[in-house]
Parts: sequence; structure tokens; C-alpha cells
Amino acid sequence: MIEGIELQHILIVTTLMFFIGVYGFLVRRNLITILMASELILNSVSINFVVFNKYLYPDALQGYMFAIFVIAIAAAEAAVAIAIIINVYRRFKSVNVENVHEMKY
Amino acid sequence: MNLHSFLLMRHELVLIAIMLIVLIAELATKDNRKSIIAPLALVLFGIHTVIGFLPMESGTLFGGMFNATPINNIMKNILNIGVLIILFQTQKTFDSELNRGKVSEYFIVLFSTLIGMFYMISAGDFLMFYIGLEIATIPLAALAAFNRHENKSAEAGIKLLLSSTLSSGILLYGLSMLYAANGSLFFTDLMHGTYTITSLHTLTLIFFFAGMAFKISLVPFHLWAADVYEGAPVNVTSYLSVISKGSAVFIFTVVLYTVFKNYAETWQPMMYIIAIFTMLVGNLFALRQNNLKRFLAFSSIAQAGFLLLGIIAGSAVGMATVIYYVLVYVFSNLAAFGVVSMIESHTGKTTISDLNGFYRTNPKLSLALMLALFSLAGIPPVAGFFGKFFLFTAVASVNTTPYHILLLIALLNTIISLYYYLMPVKAMFINKNESPIAYFKSDVFAKIGLSISLTGMVVVGFVSSIYEEILKFCFGL
Repeated sequence: MIEGIELQHILIVTTLMFFIGVYGFLVRRNLITILMASELILNSVSINFVVFNKYLYPDALQGYMFAIFVIAIAAAEAAVAIAIIINVYRRFKSVNVENVHEMKY
Repeated sequence: MNLHSFLLMRHELVLIAIMLIVLIAELATKDNRKSIIAPLALVLFGIHTVIGFLPMESGTLFGGMFNATPINNIMKNILNIGVLIILFQTQKTFDSELNRGKVSEYFIVLFSTLIGMFYMISAGDFLMFYIGLEIATIPLAALAAFNRHENKSAEAGIKLLLSSTLSSGILLYGLSMLYAANGSLFFTDLMHGTYTITSLHTLTLIFFFAGMAFKISLVPFHLWAADVYEGAPVNVTSYLSVISKGSAVFIFTVVLYTVFKNYAETWQPMMYIIAIFTMLVGNLFALRQNNLKRFLAFSSIAQAGFLLLGIIAGSAVGMATVIYYVLVYVFSNLAAFGVVSMIESHTGKTTISDLNGFYRTNPKLSLALMLALFSLAGIPPVAGFFGKFFLFTAVASVNTTPYHILLLIALLNTIISLYYYLMPVKAMFINKNESPIAYFKSDVFAKIGLSISLTGMVVVGFVSSIYEEILKFCFGL
């Protein structure tokens, strides 16, 4: 428990973060910005895990563990994503989604 | 826990050893001898596949995070067989100038995705499940973008990676809510916990469902599938559509039948609607495709819809039919992809209209493709018929009107699918063509791969003990 801050307040922040992330993922046109939006989603999730652990189950550790793994995997994901984005830039001379559209149904 | 119990992880341990051996072989061989790495990986993986079939005890590791049960073992063996066939088909792609330098990379990345899937299947805890899922998907994106010099491949890689990031983010958000509601993420705790089902649980279920539906490419989360399948190298496409999808279906079934057992009233109607739409959209979009890879992509979306029928049934029989259907699907889809990849690597042709008159020049390959498509469509002599038959039986055994309607819709979809599966067959056998694809001689490895899948397609259909063996270890809701 953190004095003066209730669980709901933090949850409002993380929920906002999550949906800003989803919104950014859907409307942004730059691949790097899309990647940043997805990081926002993952970060909101790790805050969620830590907060639930701290406020609801202070004796357990599972939430903290999960948050650490989410951070680590997000880093790996960003590394591969940026490598592919660099390759996309070399191929298409742009990282804009509108230009990366060789295949459509 | 003693050292002996690590043997429960033998699939994963042997695969890690193979990865290290391939890495050392890469360091130890000279630049002009790199071509031996591909056969080396094949032989090692063959040994691994055989080891997988040795009898093994069941148990748990890491305080219940890792389950080794007979049914998990069967699932892993099915995936092993599929990967073995893909490795046979892959052998000759490394002869080309562009790919010669990256042989070992390909195999190391491929095996690491497979390790991820194995951990995911064996997970007894959502942390292990998530780690396995990510180990499986992140390298897959690298594999899809493997042809560095092709625009389409880069596009496929980035599409796969970004959409899977979003889906796993959604899934994780659901899991965090599950943690809030239950205070534990172990499957056994979640299964046996005494709690009333609140709307928080329903939210969890929906988020989890959405995340997994991305991986299995169910409608409305299927939009990435066709693009990625078309852009990725053809062997990676077959890996994506068979192994990756199969493993996701396995763990999805297990989680729904254990963790979300008490919510069956909530997830069954959801699955019901999604199954209908997946079958319909997959089939209707497949009708208008001319590119063979896109065609197979939409056909695999429709097949995923059929797989959901088995999951909806919610009985031990339902689970057994899902696993059996994946086994059949592995053989038939890999046979189809085997022929498609042979055609593409020898002639560069990728569309259905290119197949016109193919029978005149390459009769054996056209027969193989015909059998594979018959099996996918479910025409009797081959295993696909038995797969569909068992699935429909599982649904019909739940004796209520909505399930009968579902069965009817599924049957109608089979008829639609017959139409488009027969289009390539018609192109090969009936359509006239002045200049059909010339005769080519395919390499011996690809031939072995194709014959394994064709034999499997016939044998799995007729040896009913395979189904009984699977059913023995399955469990219902």
C-alpha cells in the first residue's frame, strides 16, 4: 500500500495507458511510433501486475516476477522489431505504413 | 527435485543441444563447406524425433510451472513430425547464392521457435505459457523476414511482429486481470479455486481469447495471415500455417479445458459465433484467390474454423478429434506446400492459373497435389475425410439444437471448400495450356518429404489405433 493513493487511481492510469497504446497502434502511420504504442501497452500491463501484487496480494511474488519477464521480453521484441524496420527502410526507403503495402487482398 | 526429473523436459533439452551443435558446426566449418550444415541439422532432428517417441513418465517441474503428461508428449511428437517434413523440404533452398551464408541462422532460429512452442504446450502456469509464446513468435518474425533482399519478405516480417505484439499485449492485459481476480496464475490453482464468476473473469476470458485468436488466425483477427503467408519464404509459410497454428490450437484447447473450465457457458457461445464466421470468411475469401500461397492461407483460416468445432464440443472426444485433425492437417497441408514450394523453387511460378496443364508435364506431382487437396477438402480415401468425420461426430454427440445448426453450417462450408479445393485440380487436369510448366526433376530430399506426408495422409486415415491412442489420454470439461 502506498499512503494516499488508492488502487483505483493507479488502475485508471494503466487503463488509459493501455487504450492510448491500442489507439496509437491503430492510427499511427510510422512503424517506429507503432512500436512505441505497443510498448505502452506492455508497460501498462507490467504496472498492472506490480500494483495488483502490492495492493491485493502483498505476500506473494508472482506479479513482480511476471512484470520483470514482461519487461525483458518487450526488450527482445523491440530489438527484433527494430532490426526488421531497418530492413524495411532499406527496401522501401521509408518507414511509413502507407508505403509498405506490396500485398493486399 | 533431483537431476533425473530433468528428463521430463527431454524434448526441449535435446532441441537446445541440437541448436548448440549447429552453432558449433557453423563456427568449425570453412566458408566453402557450409552446405553440410543443412543435412546435419536434418539428421540431428531426425534423432530428436525418434527420441520423442520413447516411453516417458509424467510429472511436473519447477513447482508446477512445467507439466509433462502423455497428451503433451503426443502433441510434441506431432509437431516434431511436421518440422521433420519441413526440414526435408528446406534442404535445397540453401543452394542459392543469396541464402548460402545463412544456413545455420535459419536452423537455429527455427529450432528456437520450436522450443518456445514446446514450453508453451507444457506450461502449467501463465508465466511459462507467456514466455513460451514469445519465444515462439519473436523468432518467427525474423524467419518471415528471412529473405533480406525481397520487399515482400520484409513486409511480412514487420506485419507478423507488430500484430503479434499487439495480440500478446491484449492477452497480457487479460492475464493481469486474472491475477487480480484470483491471486495466482498456476493452472491448478485457477482450476480448483472456489470463486464466483464475476464480470472481471469474463473480461479476462475475452482478452485471452482475442490474444489467442490472433495466433490461430481466427476471424476477425485473421487479417495478418494472408499477407504474412504470401510474403514469407515458402518453407516458413508452411511452418507458420501448420506448426505454429497447431501448437497454438493445442495449448488453447488445454487452457480452455482446464483453467477456463468453469466458464464454459461463457466461452462456448463466443466460440460458436467465431467458428461460423471463421469458416465462412476463410472459405469465401479463398474462392477469389489466384496466388497459391494466399489460397492456402485462406484455406488454413477455414481449417482453423473447423478445428474450433472440436473445441466447442467440450468432451474428451472433442479434444481427441482436435489433436487428430491437427495430425491429419500437418500431413495434408505439408504435402500441398511441398508441391507448391517445388514449383516455386524450380520455375518461380506462384499462381493457380500457372498450373494449367501441369498434369501433362509433371503427372506425379499433380497427383500428389491432388491427394493433398482432397485430404484438405475431406474426400474419403485420404485421412482428411476421417478428420472431418470425427470432428462432426464430436459436435453431433452434444445433442442440442444449436449444435445441430452448427453442424449444418459446417457441412455447407465443406461444400464451399470443395469448390475451391477442386479449382487447382481442374487447372492441372482439365484446363488446356499451350505452354504448361516444363518438366522438372525435384531433388531427393524434397521427394522424401513429400512421400512421408503422402504416406502419413493415407496411413493416419486407416490405422484407427492412432485415434484411440490419442483418445486414451484426453480429458473433457
